[in-house]
Formats: sequence, C-alpha cells, structure tokens
Amino acid sequence: MKIVEKSRLWFGLSGLVILVGLVFVMITGLNLGIDFTGGTIIQIDLGKSFTTQEIREITDQFDEEAAITYAGENRTQVQVKTKLDLSEAERAEIFNKFREKYNLDAEDLVSMQKVGPVIGQQLKKQAFISLAVAAVGMLMYITYRFEFKFGIAATTALLHDVLVVLAVYAILQIPINTSFIAAMLTIVGYSINATIVVFDRIRENRGLFKKKASLAELVNTSINQTIARSVNTSFTTLMTISMIYLLGVSAIKEFALPLMVGILSGTYSSILIAGPLWAMWKGKEKPGKGRA
Amino acid sequence: MNLKRTVIFTVVVLIIGLSAYILSYGASMGSYDVIPVRDAIKYGLDLRGGVYVVLEAKPREGVVVSDEMLSRAVATIRNRVDALGVSEPVIARQGENRIRIELPDITDSQSAVEMIGKTAQLRFLGPDGEVVLTGDNVRNAEAVYQTEPSGFKEPVVALELDSEGAKSFADVTGVIMEIEDVPGYQPERSISIVLDEEVISAPEVQAHITDGKAVINGMPSIEAAAELATLIKAGALPVDMEAVEIRTVGPTLGANSLERSVRAGFIGIMLVMVFMALYYRLPGLVASLSLVIYIMIVLLVLVSINAALTLPGIAGLLLSIGMAVDANVIIFERLKEELRNGKSLRPAIDAGFKRAFRTILDANVTTLIAAAVLFYLGAGPIQGFAVTLTIGILSSMFTAIVITKMLLKLVVGMNITRNTKLFGA
Repeated sequence: MKIVEKSRLWFGLSGLVILVGLVFVMITGLNLGIDFTGGTIIQIDLGKSFTTQEIREITDQFDEEAAITYAGENRTQVQVKTKLDLSEAERAEIFNKFREKYNLDAEDLVSMQKVGPVIGQQLKKQAFISLAVAAVGMLMYITYRFEFKFGIAATTALLHDVLVVLAVYAILQIPINTSFIAAMLTIVGYSINATIVVFDRIRENRGLFKKKASLAELVNTSINQTIARSVNTSFTTLMTISMIYLLGVSAIKEFALPLMVGILSGTYSSILIAGPLWAMWKGKEKPGKGRA
Repeated sequence: MNLKRTVIFTVVVLIIGLSAYILSYGASMGSYDVIPVRDAIKYGLDLRGGVYVVLEAKPREGVVVSDEMLSRAVATIRNRVDALGVSEPVIARQGENRIRIELPDITDSQSAVEMIGKTAQLRFLGPDGEVVLTGDNVRNAEAVYQTEPSGFKEPVVALELDSEGAKSFADVTGVIMEIEDVPGYQPERSISIVLDEEVISAPEVQAHITDGKAVINGMPSIEAAAELATLIKAGALPVDMEAVEIRTVGPTLGANSLERSVRAGFIGIMLVMVFMALYYRLPGLVASLSLVIYIMIVLLVLVSINAALTLPGIAGLLLSIGMAVDANVIIFERLKEELRNGKSLRPAIDAGFKRAFRTILDANVTTLIAAAVLFYLGAGPIQGFAVTLTIGILSSMFTAIVITKMLLKLVVGMNITRNTKLFGA
C-alpha cells in the first residue's frame, strides 16, 4: 500500500474533521458539564412516572432555568441540574419538598453533586498542564530511544487525536466533565503506543535497508508490516470498551465514548499521519546530514 | 507426542482453571477461608455509595492558612468522622488549602457535611465579654439528662475542664457570686456559652464552681446535645472551612454500576478471546489462557495494595485488557513473519519474542508516562484510574513476555503438530 504518497489525502481528511470541530467550537461552543461550570445536580428516584411540569412546580422556586431530565431504567428518576451553586439548606429544602410530595425515604436520593465555581477553573488548568507534561515526557523518552524528529512526529499525531476527539465533542455537544481529562490522557497514551510500534519498525528497517530504498519505501514497508497489529489491537480494545459503552451505566458511558473515538483516531494517526509526517520532514534534510 | 510436556501443560491448565474458580467463588480448606475476590476488593465511592466532600479553608481577614493549621484541621475532622462511626474513611489534604473527605456507605449526606464542616469554636464568655475558657480547656464532654428542681429532665452537655480551665472558671464564678442576687435575669451575673458566634445559652451563675465541672444547657434534644458533645471533644477547626465540592452516590446506584460494568467486562473479554483464537489459532488460544492469568494478577495486585476500584478504574482495567492482548498480537505478528521467512517453529518463536520485546517496552513506557502524569496531577477517581492502568500495563508486559512465552514453548514441546498453519503462518 502506498501510504506516504497519499499524505495530502490523510492530512486533508484530518484537517477537515478538526476544522469542522473548530467551527462548532466557535459557533455553539463546547458543552461544559458541571465539573467545569460549577453548579448542582440532584437525582431522585420518585418510584413512579412523572411529568416535567410537576417537577417544575418545585424547582421553579429555586431556579427557573434548572434542567429537568428523566433518568433510571424505567424513567422513574428525575435529574435536576442547575448552574446555581445551591447552599446546603437549599438542597435540603428541595429534597424535602420532593419527599413530601412523593412520599419518599432518605435512600431515594440517588445522587447529589455540587461543584463550586473555583473547581472548574482549576480543572481546566489541570487538564492543560497534565496534557503538556505528558507530551513533554513522551517527547523526551522518544528522543532518547529514537531521535528528536520521531518525537516531534509522534507528538503531532497526539495533538491530532486530542483535536479530533475535541471536535467530536463539539459537534455532538457531549458534556465535558472530569472523566474527559482522564479519557484524553488515556487516548494520548494509547495513540503514542500505536505510533511507537510503527516507528520501532522504521528504526529497525532503516538498519536493514541502508541506502537501498527511498524514505517513502522505508516508511510504506514499515507501515504495511505493522498494519495488521495496529488494526487488530484497536479491534480488541474497541471490543471491551464498546461493551462498557453499550451495557454500562450512564456515568461510564461518558467515559467510554471519548475512549472509543480516541482509539479510532489514534489508530488512524499512527498509521496515516505519524509515519508520513516523519518522512516528509526527514526528506527535507540536506543530504549527508541524517542516516536514512 | 511428548508425554512429559503434555502432562505439565495439562497440570498448568488445571491450576489456572482452579485458581480462576477459587478467585470467583472462594473456597474453604479446613480452617482456611479464601473469600471471593469480588468481596476482597475495596470499592470506590462511585461503586459503593457514599459521600465525597472537598472543604476549602476560608481564613478570616489578616489570617494566613498555614501548613500546621490544615494538619490540625485534618486531625480534628478525623476525630469527628471516627465519632460518626464510618468504616474506611479517607481524610486527606489536597493542595494548599483543601481537605478531601470520602465517607463510604453514608446515606444522609446533608447532616454528615454539616457535622464535618462546622468550625465548632466553643467559648465561655464572662459578664464583660471576656473569654473565660474555650473548647481547648475541655477534657471530656458528654450528653446527659439533668433533673431540674421542677422534676423536668433537661438534656445538657456536661463538661469536665482541665486544671487551667477549672481555675479561670472558679475565678469568674467566684467574682460573680459576690454580686447581689436579685429576682429576675441579671446579665451581669451570667456566663454566655457561644458556639461559632452563636449564643447557645447564657445561664445565670448559681454557685461558686471550683470542681472544674460545667454544663451547657439550652439544648433542643438529647441528640443535639450528643452531637455538640462530639464536636467539642473532637476540637474546633483552626480555620473556617467551606464545602466547594460535594458528591454523593446512593448505595443502589453504586451496586448497579458495579454489576453492569462487570457483566459488560465479562462479555468483552469473551469476545476478545474468541477473536484471538480465530485469528491467531493455537497461539491465540495460548494468549487467551494468559489473559485469564493476567486478569487474576491484576485483581490480586489490586487487593494486596488495597487500591480502591472505581468506575473509571474498571474502564481502565478493560482498556488494559485490550492492550494486554496487544503485546501478544505484536509477538504473534512477528512469529508469523519469521515463519514466512522460512524459519522453523522453535527458532521462529525465539526470534519473534526477542524482536517484539523492544517494541513492547518502548510502546508501554510511553503509556506509563501518561499514567504517571494522571496519578500525580489527578484526584480521587482519576487517580484510581491511573493506578489500575499502571497495574494493567505492568502485568500485561509480564504475562505477554513471560507467561505466554512459557506456555507457547510448552505447547510446541508437546510435539502434537508441526503444522505451522496452526501458528497462523
């Protein structure tokens, strides 16, 4: 398969997805969850079906803009989401009103989350720092084990995956929460893993081929030799993660979805972006400087 | 067919099967009981249900939150939590001015948060507003009923003071007793009991108290008295704290999450095994066997380091299963290549493992870097995820490089077949 020769196509496809994502970010913005915006989520099991109208009778007294959604397997649970940072007393009052109206026990409070506005700001900072630290750490390791240009090509592939996942989040308007950061870093780890396998092969073949083959041939051969592994690994990983997505509870779905997108993007970038990028950059070297 | 190796292989398979059975269902041998791993593992709040609170220090103007202050606050909160009788609580400092508290199995989050976050600064003020004693002077506090002259039983908090507190209390009550007692309430003869700027009661002094025993009355109920006694005994927080993050998970939601994740994981693993066997034939079957060992190792490590399994942790584990298979895939692809290049089976296996080792090492170290960053910069459930991911990566390298190799050589040594097609060639 000629992969390096079609670099423009691969780069173009990725660029398109990222561009569309960027447009969405600018127009609709990212759907930040309460971990970032701050606010309160209360989920209560009412034990019977209900209409949002009757829920509003209670919640409007606190926040008329609160979002009411159905939850639970039989849609008997209500989730009240507000951007307000409700106080202890206000939260207690809301639940007590539900208790009176629907005759509930203390245990029917399925879950309650409150996040102060400071937390979100710090989380954003934390996310950026984590990603940057991880990227620099990987760049250093790859430079040590391979060479600097491999490192740059690999981190570029990473950046690509992060942007693609972010684009999918912007386009589908999936809420972004703490688990998103963990998912992003896992994707980064996964994608680099896949890229390294390809680069490792290039490193090995470079010794075997000496100067007999062109850069493009070297990269194409290496990619073709590792493609079965790349595809099979992604396939098995997707198997376990998609089961979690299909059968798991909603809290884990939020985590599994970006992982699935990331695994696909990571596979794509390790096969079609990282190698060609390296070949392109390496090809610009003045003769006699590098070895390949 | 090599009988000896066939016997060894059969024994190994039986041992793996037996271990898997014991881990899943437990066993009892004589006086030894092995509990199923599902019961031995510690679960995070999201799977167990409970309360997660982050408190932030809100110092009054001009006060700087010191390291020592926060450490004392942690100690105080630990005392209070212990009084609540919560099993396996986590109370830890987070950053410069926060404390993270995890209380498993608690359903009434409201009152727990209230109890933990209260400053509980107790002061006794004399008639002129001077501080007679503080909560620090209290050696013991308990809720009791005090019988009034009218026969009414009033709930109170009985305090036992230390020598310093007893002395200043004796001094003040002595001075007050010299003021003439006239009918009606006399503020100049009373001592105010103040908790966090709120006056609980301000009784008039009836006697010169020298035995270091004081009483707080004005309690609405014996429960309220007991709560206050606990707070006083645990000591006041050295700084006001505010809850900036609260998360509670009901016990049913937690149990449901666990059950469904385990089921999803089980199906996922089965699919992976079927795929491996179909695609890589004999080595694929061997890899599936290693995968069982891999899962056992990860679970046992989790139990032995007492790490809490969280919901993202389960996802991390399943992800690492996908990656555990990866190490095998890299090896088997190499093996196939070596076979295609005309090597015979045994040299091909050796070469395949040797060449794949470097790839696996480099690929996994980079993933470990991401996991390490997550561990140091993340908090709570995210850290749990980083821990399971790390354990997963290390165990997967071990099983792929050591166990798969051993089993594969054993299978080849059995001399059942020399058909390289069974090895995917």
